[in-house]
Parts: sequence; C-alpha cells; structure tokens
Amino acid sequence: MTAGENLMSVMVYIPTPFRRFAGNQTYVKAEGRTVGEVLDALGKSYPTLKHMIYNEADEIPGHINVYINSQEIHSLQGKNTPVSDGDEMAVIPAIAGGQVLTPEQVNRYSRHIIMPQVGPVGQRKLMETKVLVVGAGGLGGPAALYLALAGVGTIGIVDFDVVDLSNLQRQVLHQNDDVGKKKTESAKETLLSYNPDVIHDTPLTSDNAMEIIPQYDIVVNGADNFTTRYLVNDACYFADKVLVDGSILLFDGQATVFKPGHGCYRCLFPAPPPPGLVPNCAEAGVLGALTGVMGSIQAIEVIKQVLEIGDPLVSRLLLFDALAMDFRIVKLRRDPKCPLCGDDPTITELIDYVEFCGAPFPGGHDGADGGSNGD
Amino acid sequence: MAIEVKVTANFAKLIGGERSTRAEGGTIGEVLDDLDQRHPGFKQNVVAEGRIHRFVNVYLNDEDVRFLQQLDTPISEGDVVSVLPALAGGS
Repeated sequence: MTAGENLMSVMVYIPTPFRRFAGNQTYVKAEGRTVGEVLDALGKSYPTLKHMIYNEADEIPGHINVYINSQEIHSLQGKNTPVSDGDEMAVIPAIAGGQVLTPEQVNRYSRHIIMPQVGPVGQRKLMETKVLVVGAGGLGGPAALYLALAGVGTIGIVDFDVVDLSNLQRQVLHQNDDVGKKKTESAKETLLSYNPDVIHDTPLTSDNAMEIIPQYDIVVNGADNFTTRYLVNDACYFADKVLVDGSILLFDGQATVFKPGHGCYRCLFPAPPPPGLVPNCAEAGVLGALTGVMGSIQAIEVIKQVLEIGDPLVSRLLLFDALAMDFRIVKLRRDPKCPLCGDDPTITELIDYVEFCGAPFPGGHDGADGGSNGD
Repeated sequence: MAIEVKVTANFAKLIGGERSTRAEGGTIGEVLDDLDQRHPGFKQNVVAEGRIHRFVNVYLNDEDVRFLQQLDTPISEGDVVSVLPALAGGS
C-alpha cells in the first residue's frame, strides 16, 4: 500500500539541539510521500535545519539518524521509505565515531559541527585532545580560552605567577577580583566554566619538562622569556610534540608551528640575544588586543592540527604588524647545522637553559621577581 | 639600487622611528652599510664581526639570507629586506 499521488502529512519531532533552527518548535508538520520528500519539505521551510540534516553531498550524514514511528530508516527503505498520514518522524543527531555527543554538546558546538571540516568526528577529536599551554598570560590566555570553548578536553597550564593589576589590560583569563591570585587558579576558574581540565601549577624547568610535556598531544608556547622558549622547544622536540609558537612585543607578533623534523626554534633563532638587549613586554609594552590576535592564531593552528585540515604554519613564520595591519609569511627552514634537529645534533638531552640564555627562569629558585613563564 | 627595508617595532627607533625605510646597495651587506650611514649605530644591532647575529634574522623577500649567501646575498630591484630580531614576549 504505497502513498500514490497524495502527499501525506507527518509530524516531525525536532530534538533540542536542532529546535532553534525550526522556530523553537518541538514538532513540525511536513508533507511528502517518502521520508526523503518530507525532509526536503522540512529543509525548504527551515534552510538552516537542512544544513544540519544533509551534508555537502546532499546525503544524511552518519551522525544523524532518522526514525519513522521509532524505526530507523536504514532498516526500512532509507529515504525512499513511504510515509502515511499521522506518522511520526524524528531526526536525531547522536552517534559520532562510536562515541555519543550529548544533545547539549551538539547544540554547544553546532557552529563547528555544521562545518564539514569539523563535523561530529572532529568534535570528538577535539574533546579527546590534551593541550599544554605554557604561560597563562597574553598569548596563553586567548589560546586556552578558545581551545576550551572549542571543547578541547584537557588543557594544562604551566605558570607560577600571580595576577597583577597590570595584566588586566590584555590577559583575558583573569579579572579584577583575581588580582593576587595564582594565575593557574584564576585560569582554571575561567576555563572550568567551559570544560574540566588539568592545571600544572609550576614553572617549567629542565627538571620537570620531560615529565609534563609527554602527557600532552600539542604544546602552545606563550612564554615571555628566552630561557623558557629554548627549554620548551628542546623538550617538545625530544618528546616528539608539535609546538605552536607565538611571540609578541609592542605592535608586532610572530607565530609558527614547529613540527619535529621540519625546523625548530633553534633553526629560526640559533641563540638568544644577550640578556637585556631585547626587552620583554613588561619592559617595552605590548598592545593588549594584539595578544588576542596572536593567541587566537595559535588556537587556530592547534585546532587545524587536531582536525588535520588546512595548511599549518609549519615551515612558515607569520609576521603581523598591527600598525601597518600587515600579515606576511616568510620561510622557515630546518637548518642541517641545527644543534638540536640538524644532521649532526650535539644537544641530545635537555641542557642548562639558565646558563645557555644567561638569564634565570622567572620565578626560579632565587625567588627573584622576574615575571612568569607566561608573563 | 634602492630597495625597501622593513624592521620590527622595537627596531624602529634605530631608523628614525619608522617601520620601513629605503636603502641602497647591491647586496644585503651593502644595504645594511647604507642604513648604518643614514642611521649610525644601526648595523651593530644586526651584525657583529662580519656575521649576522644569531638572534636576528634578515630576510630577502620571504627567504632567510642565512640560507642564501648571508651578507653577500645579491639584491634586485623591487626586493624587500626585513630585519627580524627574536621576540620572547608572551604576556
């Protein structure tokens, strides 16, 4: 008994995550002779909903199940399953890579999931990723914030410093009431409102770097001193981790991605400047909103790595001049003579970075007030 | 020939406060010498004992001159030279 020429009127159940794409209705009436026709009619009335139900190939993606009277249509005739007057249809987003995204997660991450480059599988990948952010300051702040918002499941932060009033011009993880608090604590409070995470409440040193870094998939560098930068570079190379590097000063930003075997910080800058020659942000200043641009770029590069999409900033150094509003990219090459990742490496384990850079780790054992890993 | 030289904000004070200037020369070394003539003291921030500092990169267009011919790298009309010191700022 098929539907013939007559259109059947079906009630379609819209689950919570999709509801606002359908005028906030729980049930929508739509007509057609088959499931496919009903979905087409639904898509005509609610174009955004159509994007959620159909992928680019105009097929129902794997994470969406369509039910007719509680029976999944794959076990019937798929989109050609005939419908009858009074049938109840449901469009349920659920399964992704064997893992369930809750309706709340589908809703929360819908602007990402709707993009084919992310999708529910990509969202699961993000949720399973562990990112270490070195420094809860100007770069680490927006980077960690956007990663948490994107649903990155574990975000570790190394920083030892406390929040200072002068941080609040740019460091978005910390608020007025946080002045005097540990930065890791303040960062955790802010990030926890989005996702649970792990916080490493310690400065990174040669002693603990190889314990901390291997626990993560990707590292974001927002350090504010050369000593930590060379340490993080070497430790990431030894631990075979991708390092998303960023640095800022005044109105300038630099960003790149160091992938082991494709050049490292030592290939870019073989040695640090003599102490005192290149000022840090505390000494020279930095435009607050610039940290947002560069930190966001670092978050973008992390997400691209996780999702394996686009062209990463590997072997390329991005230069941003905020005054000229000019983005440029120069080449970054692996130096065959690099003492770390070159053909004849002389650095085969972590070294004494305080001696190498001629400057202590801020917050080091001498108790000197030198800023933080990330400040 | 005269070409454009770009510097980072923290080096702008070395060339009269501008981020970009013009200089003449047939090689990277000659361009830096010309800049030093116009802005005495500039070159020592980039070069010591005939070599580019290890914490400063000089790019000819998008290529690090360390991977070309260092200070002897020849320059053509329309090239852009960028002087880029390492920045450690993260806060």
